[in-house]
Amino acid sequence: MARTISYREALNEALAQEMERDESVIVLGEDNAGGAGSPGEDDAWGGVLGVTKGLYHRFPGRVLDTPISESAFVGAAIGAATSGLRPVAELMFIDFMGVCFDQIFNQAAKFRYMFGGKAKTPVVIRTMYGAGLRAAAQHSQALYPIFTHIPGLKVVVPSSPYEAKGLMIQSIRDDDPVIFCEHKAMYDVTGEVPEDSYTIPFGEAGVVRDGDDVTIVAIGRMVSVAEEAAKQLADSGVEAEIIDPRTTSPLDTETILESVENTGRLVVVDEATPRCNLATDISALVAKEAFGSLRAPIEMVTAPHTPVPFSDALEDLYIPDAQRVANAVKTVVEWKR
Amino acid sequence: MNDAIRKVVMPKWGLSMTSGKVTEWIASEGDEIADGDDLAEIDTDKIAGALESADEGVLRRIIAQVGEDVPVGATLALIAPADVPDAELDEAALLAREELDSGAVAEVAGPVTGSVEVEGRTICFAALGEGEETVVLVHGYGGDKNSWLFVQEPLSQSHTVYALDLPGHGESTKDVGDGSLDVLAGAVLGLLAERGIERAHLVGHSLGGAVVVAAAAREPARVASLTLVAPAGFGSRINAGYLRGFAEARSRRELKPHLAALFADPGQVTRQLADDLMRYKRLDGVDKALGALLGTLLDGDEPALDVAPLLSEVDVPVAVVWGRRDAVLPATNGEGLDDVEYVEQAGHMVHLEQPNAVVAAVNAVTNRR
Amino acid sequence: MTDTLSTAVSHELDGNALLDAYRTMRTIRAFEERVHAEFATGEIPGFVHLYAGEEASATGVCVHLDDRDAIASTHRGHGHCIAKGVDVKAMMAEIYGRRTGSCHGKGGSMHIADLSKGMLGANGIVGGGPPLICGTALAAKQKGTGGVGVAFFGDGASNQGTTLEALNLASVWQLPAIFVAENNGYAEATSSTWSVAADNIADRAAGFGMPGVIVDGFDFFAVHEAAAEAIQRAREGGGPTLIEVKFTRYFGHFEGDQQTYRADEVANAREHLDCLKRFRTRVTETGQVEAAQLDAVDAQVTDLIDAAVEEAKAAPKPTAADLETDVYIEY
Repeated sequence: MARTISYREALNEALAQEMERDESVIVLGEDNAGGAGSPGEDDAWGGVLGVTKGLYHRFPGRVLDTPISESAFVGAAIGAATSGLRPVAELMFIDFMGVCFDQIFNQAAKFRYMFGGKAKTPVVIRTMYGAGLRAAAQHSQALYPIFTHIPGLKVVVPSSPYEAKGLMIQSIRDDDPVIFCEHKAMYDVTGEVPEDSYTIPFGEAGVVRDGDDVTIVAIGRMVSVAEEAAKQLADSGVEAEIIDPRTTSPLDTETILESVENTGRLVVVDEATPRCNLATDISALVAKEAFGSLRAPIEMVTAPHTPVPFSDALEDLYIPDAQRVANAVKTVVEWKR
Repeated sequence: MNDAIRKVVMPKWGLSMTSGKVTEWIASEGDEIADGDDLAEIDTDKIAGALESADEGVLRRIIAQVGEDVPVGATLALIAPADVPDAELDEAALLAREELDSGAVAEVAGPVTGSVEVEGRTICFAALGEGEETVVLVHGYGGDKNSWLFVQEPLSQSHTVYALDLPGHGESTKDVGDGSLDVLAGAVLGLLAERGIERAHLVGHSLGGAVVVAAAAREPARVASLTLVAPAGFGSRINAGYLRGFAEARSRRELKPHLAALFADPGQVTRQLADDLMRYKRLDGVDKALGALLGTLLDGDEPALDVAPLLSEVDVPVAVVWGRRDAVLPATNGEGLDDVEYVEQAGHMVHLEQPNAVVAAVNAVTNRR
Repeated sequence: MTDTLSTAVSHELDGNALLDAYRTMRTIRAFEERVHAEFATGEIPGFVHLYAGEEASATGVCVHLDDRDAIASTHRGHGHCIAKGVDVKAMMAEIYGRRTGSCHGKGGSMHIADLSKGMLGANGIVGGGPPLICGTALAAKQKGTGGVGVAFFGDGASNQGTTLEALNLASVWQLPAIFVAENNGYAEATSSTWSVAADNIADRAAGFGMPGVIVDGFDFFAVHEAAAEAIQRAREGGGPTLIEVKFTRYFGHFEGDQQTYRADEVANAREHLDCLKRFRTRVTETGQVEAAQLDAVDAQVTDLIDAAVEEAKAAPKPTAADLETDVYIEY
């Protein structure tokens, strides 16, 4: 039965249901239980923001705390995936990819190709991204474009509790390595989620809102920002179609192109910094494949080309908001040759 | 307010609907309205449909404008006999407008959901209305209790109306065992037993039509009447391509073209409908259930079910409604049946396309003795 | 379940086992010397790093392993592949970039792998393997197979954070893992006496709470003995071990390396320390194996390598149709 739960609860439920269903699924990461070797409680934290809470006692021996040693445990998750387990490793903040990237992009991503199609690496690396928590430059980045760039990785960026659960279950059952990007400001966002297990396939965009005047492609948390903008725009008679790619690799290019072919206008909203991000990638795609349909230049709404600032006065300017999206839409709708 | 002034309110179509928009007023102020007349086109975030009048009189005032977001239960228009003074209507309209602007609309009671355990399976249902007699709505292959949204509400004005999710569907247990009609009929009869319903009017669409016939044959005493809407199990034609296409589609893109077979007007196949069906199809166990039920429906490319002999055993009033343009179970399948009401502008989904035809048929058959 | 699985590790070798070990070492040597010769003709593309001189290490460890066990290797990986049972002809074809190669010509010398044999790949990244082996060992532990993971790495990788992190994690999780540091004296052109701040790589084991052992890498029997003890301990749940194997490589860092950084240690090693020579002397002196039996193995190996090269040269290269396949299982 569908009920309203949070993004955090949706992820926890997905992990629990898959651990229940398949005993090769294990969970590992820094403080995924919390309290290992300490005099106090076991399962003290359940992950730094509580996503894995309760799994430690429910699935004895299958939730592993790790030292703060990302290369070792991310690499271990990858090695274990080649040896019959389906590990879900938590790279606490996506910013920490810097200390373990080799294991992800030179090892996991390339095994299948460089071993001539004979490797299977069903690992999921869960990681938090995104600004808005005043966590500053090393705990706030939206680095999914870097993973998207790497052949061999699949990259998931869910925008709602429903997507979080279905995409997580798909990620765990998927036989390729998956980078699962959770926006840290979305854990308390609630939405309707079925109790049953279900999957959402990769490479199929969600169409969050139908509209004929402009296509807004928004990634992850930016979907809700785009929805807010679309509501404002509807009051002034502009109907925006909002497309949520759900996975940046694979990318559902067909749904994006079909929509732009109908609306003739594109705004891409991406929380990542502007060089070589999803906004540039999708814009290039549309400029190449749907040039004839475009009735105005493409607009990109992104973070500026800076590290994420700390002060709320700056961070609020850094993150794309509904007003900027609405302004971009107005620019493309009102554009005249 | 003068009791003669009747409010037309935003209906609650389905459990998750909280508001909707009038996209078009079909009736205009001053029009004579009969019970069942279409008043307006309503669009929700899920579905679009026509709002039928439950009253008769003159459409005196339109409150909600086209495009305005209106919460469920809020007043859209006022109907009253021609002799009610304009001043009274102005006053009522003012109140309604204020209520709408303030947002202080009392939420109307929607269907009550619940579940029962039948032979180890959880069977979910939505019940609406407090009538003395009970109507049970049984959906077809790949459908669910929400597919009756345009039918359940009008029927609830005179009946207690249950819509259930068959095993393998909606929120019920996805395991369908061998997928036989017996398992499905057992779920319907189990719901009656568990809810203490001694006797009910059964309404079945498509596969659900065959299910209610089987249920009636198994426990005739529990069944007061049957309404069969484009039922499976009669005649020799079936669109095997549609059924397989539905079962096998892996994406919205694959599914959507198949759905056109369901409606007389393919424009009714919205992206949202395809999305909702994919949401269902992606639940664990649904693939297996749909596969098993496909075996119940099809023998190669031919229909595998024949429930005509079962129906002949049953001695209750029977109504049959069939869309003339049904492309899944063609209307010619009804040739061997008595008193089929053919609906001209409907395909397979009569209860979504022309709900008033189904409502009228059910009301008629439940009044027959 | 673990109780019923074998944790026994053979410390003793009978005649047949000795012949098998010899065959493995001889195959590695012949393979590498032939690749060296063929590389000089210009027919082999890319980078090739040869294992000649180090045969006792791969062989002395892998002789204890079976299908439950996985190894991770280095860019100098041909020896580990052969010792873990990867098909020699497929390896040669891979080095030639042929479609019939172990990786269909998509990996090359530095990425030969056969996961069905528990060979997790040669690895182009120095220090790439040890974290992965924590994972294979974790899988063996979780599944209770009694299997172990062995990470081979060089003196260069002994200074990488990945290796040090893996040593720590293996100890924290008490994994059935064996870390074999193959100290051949040089990381590329830099001496390990300079780059490794400790006297011995094995000394670092103490800092990670595990036993550290130093063995003579030219002595098959020394490696065999040390590996037996470590693997048995790991299989029995006693946790990881760090084994440092000391020797020198016979060729340069890669083919084409002029080796101007070296003294004349190779000539001395080939003459006086060589693992194959010492093996032959020992087993014939004890009478466990006849010299003629070893000669027969030599001849068979020569034939095998000749055939491998001949077949590799004749094999087709991958085609354009292969370029974009095998990136994902499904995309």
